[in-house]
Formats: sequence, structure tokens, C-alpha cells
Amino acid sequence: MSYIHINVSKNLFGAQKNMKLEMEFNIEKNDFLAISGESGSGKTTLLRIIAGLEEANGEIRVGDEIWLSNTNLQTRDIVSCGKDKEKTRKRKGKDKDKDCNVFNGLWYKNRFLPPQKRKIGFVFQDFALFPNMNVLENLLYVQKDKKLANKLLEMVGMKNLSERYPNTLSGGQKQRIALCRALMRKPEILLLDEPFSALDEKRKEELQNEIYFFHKEFNLTTIMVSHSSTEIYKLADKMIEIKNGKIIKKGTPREILLKTRGSEKFSLKGRIIDIINTDIINIAVVSLGSHIVEIVISQKEAEKFKKNDEVIISTKAFHPNIKGIK
Amino acid sequence: MNFDFYPFYLSIKLAFIVTIILLILGIPYAWFLSTTKSKIKPFLESITALPIVLPPSVLGFYLLFFLSPNAYVGKIFYELFNIKLVFSFEGLVVASSIYSFPFMIQPIQGGFESINKNIIEASYLSGKGKLITLFKIILPNIKPSLLTAIVITFAHTIGEFGVVLMVGGSIPKKTEVASVAIYDYVENLEYPKAHIYSATLLIISFLVLLIVYYINHRKKIKSGIGY
Repeated sequence: MSYIHINVSKNLFGAQKNMKLEMEFNIEKNDFLAISGESGSGKTTLLRIIAGLEEANGEIRVGDEIWLSNTNLQTRDIVSCGKDKEKTRKRKGKDKDKDCNVFNGLWYKNRFLPPQKRKIGFVFQDFALFPNMNVLENLLYVQKDKKLANKLLEMVGMKNLSERYPNTLSGGQKQRIALCRALMRKPEILLLDEPFSALDEKRKEELQNEIYFFHKEFNLTTIMVSHSSTEIYKLADKMIEIKNGKIIKKGTPREILLKTRGSEKFSLKGRIIDIINTDIINIAVVSLGSHIVEIVISQKEAEKFKKNDEVIISTKAFHPNIKGIK
Repeated sequence: MNFDFYPFYLSIKLAFIVTIILLILGIPYAWFLSTTKSKIKPFLESITALPIVLPPSVLGFYLLFFLSPNAYVGKIFYELFNIKLVFSFEGLVVASSIYSFPFMIQPIQGGFESINKNIIEASYLSGKGKLITLFKIILPNIKPSLLTAIVITFAHTIGEFGVVLMVGGSIPKKTEVASVAIYDYVENLEYPKAHIYSATLLIISFLVLLIVYYINHRKKIKSGIGY
């Protein structure tokens, strides 16, 4: 049995189109799962459903705890178990005392565990630090554990800034504090919503190392929403790619992100940003990640492709040289 | 010239009580307005804002009509608490609370609506319930709006005239507040007294507003909230 089982559905009413989020997957303990997809694909909504910030239909089970379940039950299954305050219809007779938290298919009833009770740490894209509290107070708000707070701040090298208020910190510092605050709850599951998107390259890398360190150090199960292949490849050991609310790919980042097939030695995904035609040759200008390269293409290819096409650049007989940068 | 400060005392006492009542009622109501997705929201907002656009005489007339011991509301109050709601200080409190209602609600609602929703969710995810989130996170982060609401309500209650005159009359030591007293003095051609009263109200009002704007200005610079 997997550590986390998720099988949810929810109708989403987006700015451009309405769609149905519908997905089922499992997560093992201590996995680092990345959720990728275009913006508007439903990845943040999925994370919010797991956190309990949004309701959905279906089931979420973590360990032996049910966080969400409201699958249609038959009348005979809807009994009150007495422990729960939720209104349920009591059925007279023999079923009255049955435990409704059993989840083997038939016995659970409507249940929604509020975010306050889920053992999670959540890091928001925009940090969401409390502006009225200084760094230390932000951490202690979660739990009055000064020892843990100081330990975490020391780990991210920010102990000397514990008296500062969030609006005096840089983006990278804010995100570190947000990470520490999420860990103050001693969560088993860490949820990250595009945690690096507001940071520059250098800070990104530092923070990635810290997240990976915490993931190992505290035996966390981490779920990260991201659209950066580099981030995912570096941190995650499993990933799912979603589109229009459905899972389209599941696997390890290596399987999904490395585009090489067969005998290809080298293959990169990019986007044509310009095609330059001269009398003799045609050149495609392709953006690959944060780099831009020029590639000579034939007349035929020049006619086939146009600007903004997504392309894969690969080569077979190829021996790249790797040099360190001094 | 003997000088009676009692009308000022009444004005300030009235404004103080009204502000406290409205603050207690206003926070949950403004929270409801700022979070509800119900279709009745525009309806409730219109009712809330009515006292801003209605002539005080209209409001005063209806209040007089509904609060009198012969009408239902007045009757209930009279029978339950033995309180007469017209031509009494208690009546002034009720009438002023209704008249100043939008001045308390609108700034607080604006504050609630402008707050970053993520910090509220971050509080829930820190394991905190709605009440702790309200007092520890939401209210401290809308301090400028709260201060504005409190001071404007206070100043507006001190400054009201029409409703107070209609519901309270002008009974010395009971319902004769400062603004009404000025009217009486002018009517009796006692201009020197009217001058002193008017100047005092003018200075109080200006000082109150100055304090609010000054504190808000300082706060914004210091905390960066709103920038």
C-alpha cells in the first residue's frame, strides 16, 4: 500500500476554458515528486487540494489517515460513527456502531480534514510571510519552539536576521524563512508551489540545495509544483506531467525529461524564435532554456518550420567536449 | 458669559459608545461582506451605504417612526429593557449607530479585501484556526484601515446633526449634543456662544483627522504595507 493515495476530481472554471481536473496517483514515503505542466493545467490546484485549501471530490489517504473522502456511498453505508461532528444520517439497527473511518472501499463517509489538521508544510510562490511579525515571530507563530526555530534559522544561515521584518528582506531570504516556517510544524509532507520562480539563478541554486538537504534530513515526502526541467531533474526522483487537468506522463524525471530516443546522443527541446534566409544558407535561431543558438538548416527545412515552432535538436555522431569554467 | 461644556461631553460620550458598538458589530459584518460570494452581497452593500446618500431628515423620520414606543421595534425595547428609544440618550446611540454604520464598515471591508489571501491560508496551514488568524494575522495587517474606520466613525458621530435632532430633540443634559447646541444658540441669536462652540468642534475635527493621517503616513513608511 502506498504512503499517499490520491484520486480526486474537480470542475475548474478558468479564465479561458472550463475543464475537469481528474487524476489518480500514488506517492511513496520519502519520495520527491515533481508536478509539471503548463500554466493553467491545474497543477497548483492539485497542490491546494492536497493541502486542504480547496475541496474536491474523491479520496486522499495519507498513511492510515483519511484526509478527503466523499465518494458516493449507498444509503446503507452512511452511518454516524459518533466521533465525528459531521451531520450524517443515522441508520436504525445493526450498522449503527460501525467505524466509519475504515477505508476499504465501503465504509468511509463524507470526510474533509481541514488544513490545520494535515501534517504538512506549505511554501507559497509569493512566500506569504506575515508582514506584522519579524522573522523569529513568523516561525514561533506556528509553534512556540524556540530551539527548533533557531536551529532552522541557523541551518539556512539567517540567524542574525531573526529580528528583521519581512519587507526588509530579499526574495531569496524571504523564501528561506517561508521554508523554515513550513518546517516548524514538523511536517511529514512538504508542499512547494513553484518555490524558485521569484528568484535569480544563483539564489535558486542555493535554495534548491537547502530544500534537498531538508528533504533528506527530516525524512520528508516532498511534492513540488514546477515548470522548470532543470529544477525537476536536479531535485525530484518521480514526476508527473499534467495537461488540462489530466496526467499525461508519469515516471522518473530521467524517463520524461531526457528526450533522447534510440541512437541519439544528444537532444534538446527548444523553440524557434527566428529563421534567417540568406542567398546561400538558412539559419534557425533557437532558444534552448536560457540560451540562444543558431543552427544551419536546409532550404526544405526552412520551408517546413516557422517561428514559434517547438523543435527537438539532436545529433548522433557527436562527441561533446566538457570544460570547467574558471 | 457662563459656559456649558455638557453638550461636548454628551457628543464625545455618544461618539465613544457608538464607535465601540460599531467596531464590535462591524468586524464580523465587514468580514462577511468581504468573503461572501452570495448574490445578496450587492443588496447588503447598498443597505450599508444608504446612510451616506439619504438626507438625515429621511433617516431621522423613519427612525422616529420605527423607534417610537408605539412601533414594533420601540415597543420591544421598551417592554424588554424598559428603554425609550426616542428623545433619550439610548435612542441617540441606536440612531447614530445606524447613521455612522457605513463609515465603520467600508474602510474595514476595504482592508479585508486588500489583504493577501495567501497569508490567511499560510496561517491555516500553520495549524491556526479562524479566530486566532483573525486576531493575530488579519486585524494587525489592516491596522491602517481599522484606525481610519474608528476615527472617521468617531468624528462623523460627533459631527452629525439632522438625525440626532429628529430622534433626540434637544433636551439639555440628555440629548443636546454640541452640534445641536450650536443650532439652538444661533436660533436664539447667541452668536458669541455659537462661535466658541463651532470653533471648538472645528479644531477637534481637524486634530482628529490630522492624527489619523499622520499615524497612517508614518506606519506605511515604516512597515512598507501598502507600498
